Amino acid sequence: MLLTLNFIFRRKWKNASLVFVYTLIVFLLASVIFFAHAIKREASIILEGAPEIVLQKVVAGRHDLMPVSYISKISSIAGIDSVRGRLWGYYFDRNFGANYTLMAPEEYEHGDGNIVIGAGVSRVSVASEDNLFPLVTYDGNVIPMNVQKLLSSESELVSADLILMSEADFRRVSGVPQGYVTDLAVRVSNSTEIPTIARKITKLLPDTRPITRNEILRTYDAVFNWRAGIALLILSGAVVSFMIFAWDKATGLSAEEKKEIGVLKATGWETSDVILLKFWEGTVLSLSAFLAGVVLAYIHVFWGLSVFLAPVLKGWSVLYPEFRLVPFIDAYQIAALFFLTVIPYISATIIPAWRAANTDPDAVMRG
Amino acid sequence: MSEARFRAVVVFFIVNGLLFIMMFIHAAYQRNAARPRLAVKMEMVRTLGLTDLSLFTEARYTRHPSMTDLNTPFQDYPMSLEHFPSGALVLPPPHLVDRGLD
Repeated sequence: MLLTLNFIFRRKWKNASLVFVYTLIVFLLASVIFFAHAIKREASIILEGAPEIVLQKVVAGRHDLMPVSYISKISSIAGIDSVRGRLWGYYFDRNFGANYTLMAPEEYEHGDGNIVIGAGVSRVSVASEDNLFPLVTYDGNVIPMNVQKLLSSESELVSADLILMSEADFRRVSGVPQGYVTDLAVRVSNSTEIPTIARKITKLLPDTRPITRNEILRTYDAVFNWRAGIALLILSGAVVSFMIFAWDKATGLSAEEKKEIGVLKATGWETSDVILLKFWEGTVLSLSAFLAGVVLAYIHVFWGLSVFLAPVLKGWSVLYPEFRLVPFIDAYQIAALFFLTVIPYISATIIPAWRAANTDPDAVMRG
Repeated sequence: MSEARFRAVVVFFIVNGLLFIMMFIHAAYQRNAARPRLAVKMEMVRTLGLTDLSLFTEARYTRHPSMTDLNTPFQDYPMSLEHFPSGALVLPPPHLVDRGLD
C-alpha cells in the first residue's frame, strides 16, 4: 500500500487533477440519482392522498367542463364512497408573468372575498396576510381579494402556486357557470376495485375519461425515470465525459508510466505484482473520488436545495417551489453508482498495465 | 514516501469514510424527522383533492402532467411547436402511452 501511495505521489498534480475531474463526475451522477429517487419517493408518499379516480369530461378530444348532474349518475355504482366536483383552473398574472392554480375547496372557511395563497404566490407577488390581491375576472373586471392566510412553506411542493377561494369567487373569476365543475374526484374505499369501477364509469358515461391514482403515481415515476429528459440530460453528459476519461486511461499509459513498469519488471517484479500495484493505485484514486463525490452530492441535494439542478427544473417558470427533499437514499443507489463509476475505472487502469507488464522490459523501457 | 504523506492519505480516507457513514445516519434521522411534514402535505393533498406536484408551473400541461391528454402539448394544432423547456423534459404519463391516443 505504501508503494502504491508512493507511485501516486510521484505524479501528484496529474493525479490530483484526475481525482478532481473524477469527483465532479461522481458528484453529478450522484446528485441526479439522489434527486430523482428522493422526489419520486416523496411524490409517491404525498400523492397517496390523491383521489382514487379523477373523472374528466371529454368533448371533441379535449378536456371540457363536467356537468354536476354526472355526480348522481355514477354515485350509485357499488364500491364508490363519494363523488365530489372539483373546481380548479389556471390564472395567468400579467403583472408578474406567473401562472397560478385557482381552486375552490369543498369546505372553505374564510368566506367570499378572502383568499389563501401558497408560499410561491406570496413570493412572486410580494403579497402577505391582510394585503389586497387584485384578480382579473374572465369578463375583464378587476376584483380586489383579501389575502386571509398563507399556506405553510413546508407544503410548497404541492401548494406553491395555489390560490384557494370560495366557490362563488372562483366562478366569478373563472367564468365556470353554475351546474358545472372542472372534474370529479371519486373516492373508493377498496383500492383493488378501482380499475373495475373506472371501467364501469366509462361504460356508463362514455364521454368521460377516468384517471386512477395509480396512474397519477406512475406519472411521477416516468417524469423522474432515468429515461426521462431531466435525468437523461444530465446523466448522459456525465456518463459521456466519464467514458472519455476512462477510455483515455484504457487506451494507453504515458511513456513515463511504461518506463516505470519496465524498470519494475527488470528488477524482478512479476506481471501479477505490477497488476496488483496498478489495481491498488486505481482503487485509491477511484475510492477517493467516489467517497468525496457521493458526500458532496448528498450535501448538494439535501442541504443545498439542489442549486445546480434547480435551473433545469425551473425552465421558464416564474414561480418555482422552494423545497427541501427528504433524503431517501439506500444501498441500491450507492451500489449502482459504485458499479457505474469505480469498477469501469479500475478495469480501465489494469488492462493497459497488464499489456505493458506482459511485454519485454527492455522494449517497454525503450518505448 | 514520507510518513506524513501516508498519514495524510489515511486521515483523508478515515474522514471521508466517516462522512459517508454519517450520511446514512443523517438520512435515517431526517426521514424520521420528516414524517410530520410529509403527513401535513399528504393531508393537504387529501383534503383539497390535489393530483400533482407544483414543480413545473410554466404551462398548464406541465403543471398537472397526470391530468393531461396527448393533444394538449400541441395546444391548438399539431404543428404548433413545443416551446416550454419543461414540456421538452417531461415525458407523457405512462397511462396515455399505454392506452394510445386518448
